[in-house]
Amino acid sequence: MTTEQTTGDQPLRPSLWRRIVDSDLFYSFIRSPVVVVSAVLTLIIVLAAAFAPWIAPHTPFNPASLNLMNGFTPPFSVNEFTGDVFIFGTDSQGRDVFSAILYGARVSLLVGFSAVAFAMILGVGLGLLAGYKGGWVDSLIMRVADVQLSFPAILVALMIFGVMRGVIPPQQQDQLAIYVLILAIGLSDWVQYARTVRSSTMSEKNKEYVQAARLFSIPAPAILFKHILPNVTGPILVIATIGLALAIILESTLSFLGVGVPATQPSLGTLIRIGQDYLFSGEWWITIFPGMTLLILALSVNLVGDWLRDALNPKLR
Amino acid sequence: MSESPLLQVSNLSREFDVSKPLLNRLIERLPQQHLRAVDNVSFAIPKGETFALVGESGSGKSTIAKLVVDLIRPTSGRILFDGKALPEARGKEFITLRRRVQMIFQDPFASLNPRWRVGDIIAEPIHAFGLAGQMETTVTKRVEELLDIVGLAGRDRHKFPHEFSGGQRQRIAIARALSAKPDFLVCDEPTSALDVSVQAQILNLMQDLQDELGLTYLFISHDMSVVRHMADRIGVLYLGALVENAPAHELFRNPSHPYTRMLLDAIPDHEMTGRVRKPVKGEIPNPINPPTGCTFHPRCEFANDRCKAEVPTLIATTGEHFASCFAVEEDRLPKAAAIA
Repeated sequence: MTTEQTTGDQPLRPSLWRRIVDSDLFYSFIRSPVVVVSAVLTLIIVLAAAFAPWIAPHTPFNPASLNLMNGFTPPFSVNEFTGDVFIFGTDSQGRDVFSAILYGARVSLLVGFSAVAFAMILGVGLGLLAGYKGGWVDSLIMRVADVQLSFPAILVALMIFGVMRGVIPPQQQDQLAIYVLILAIGLSDWVQYARTVRSSTMSEKNKEYVQAARLFSIPAPAILFKHILPNVTGPILVIATIGLALAIILESTLSFLGVGVPATQPSLGTLIRIGQDYLFSGEWWITIFPGMTLLILALSVNLVGDWLRDALNPKLR
Repeated sequence: MSESPLLQVSNLSREFDVSKPLLNRLIERLPQQHLRAVDNVSFAIPKGETFALVGESGSGKSTIAKLVVDLIRPTSGRILFDGKALPEARGKEFITLRRRVQMIFQDPFASLNPRWRVGDIIAEPIHAFGLAGQMETTVTKRVEELLDIVGLAGRDRHKFPHEFSGGQRQRIAIARALSAKPDFLVCDEPTSALDVSVQAQILNLMQDLQDELGLTYLFISHDMSVVRHMADRIGVLYLGALVENAPAHELFRNPSHPYTRMLLDAIPDHEMTGRVRKPVKGEIPNPINPPTGCTFHPRCEFANDRCKAEVPTLIATTGEHFASCFAVEEDRLPKAAAIA
């Protein structure tokens, strides 16, 4: 019998770290300074938000720790009554804006990540189902997607939010607001995942490895999740990264409009809304700093997502 | 063929609905359209033999392969494997039948999941059919054994398919099919995606396996020289219908049907015997709108008015040799030059 053995007794696989450093992706990453800066900024904001209780110099939403005498302290200056210093200044009640941003970014990121995860699970699941089953299941799911896509995301989110307001009893509304927000943003964003996954599934399911699996009488759900899913996840990562930026902005928009998280748990959007009341009376820092944070966060995440899309696209190499 | 054959295909037909969507049909007032991909095909394969199906693109070869392994269901006709029909089997019997009939696919670059390691790919049927319990060795040992059988190294199980060449991938695909312990393998053009130099290696491997494991093959190909190397018996397909069915040596020595002669004439003359080659004339007709009578008559130089009107059936010419042609029936064909 003829043999085609692979030569040598080389080690089977290099270490994980070695493979990351050697990869094309890593090379393209360190070669684009804008992306490195964006990634570092994103990482700093995410870490700062995650460790807010340990980093923040004040606990801004504990009324007992607030001193009204500290109200409207400008950034980087000493308060004339108490002698305290706040790097980003304080708002009307003497709350430290820097601490408020850390806690606010926490809520924004939590909602953003959860909404993206929810949209991803929903979209990928429905996309797989539509692509694999075809027929009326496919038509039904994709027509719902088409209809939803013809409305702006913010309108869909507002609609879902409005409905939930009517369904949930008033005394629980504040506790459940965050979950409703995640649900609303997630439901307004699943279509992209579903469309992408559906089209890849439709091309994958006709490949011979799927037919081979059918010959081994592998049940359809196992074929979908073990065979097809690993082969359609490539574009998902890219959509999710860009979707994260969109979800954070959508959350801030909703909070800015006053339909998002309750005032006791402000997100970046809430902080911007509160601050803009004081913009024309000269206390610019209350709204500008949360706004800048949101801008940097959304821009960085978007830039990383854009880079990822190009770096993972073999046609652009 | 005294004992009952392992695979018995009788009057197999398969139609595909190629109509436009309902709304378009209603608006444009078009009728439903059906494509008859496989038309009343019957053949039998005794245990341990190789039956080859040859034909041009679009002759229904791959459709028959998919019908035999039950990836698609026939419109009419029956496929009996060891006396049992797969679509009608239930429960344990179904799983056993499913396991015994396996397939090797045409494109080794699409038939292995690119995200799976080779070891997992080969072990999949073992787990799927619950064979792990009946084996004396561990699954890992069995996978290494199978890799060794197909001529690869046992440690290759850690690798991904993209780390292998086309021929090596086809070996992996064969190992995967073997891991189900099949009796019958449908090989759908297993070498057509490979380099000529590698084709022979894969064909030899398949023959060795047939001798060692007593496998029965349904071998599908468009390459006459490959078929000649592999087959015990050959069926020639034209537009979904079997036009000639004969033992391999008989078909090459004494081809009856004009279409078979045309295919044989087109084989490259590697031995430089000075044989006059005739290029294949014309193309396979559109199966949605097949010609009347014998579907081959527009390309046949021996066609007369009867060929244009009536449909020929398979008739025995000599013993085990069958052909469907009026010219053969009426004995008005000139003697064919044998390609020995």
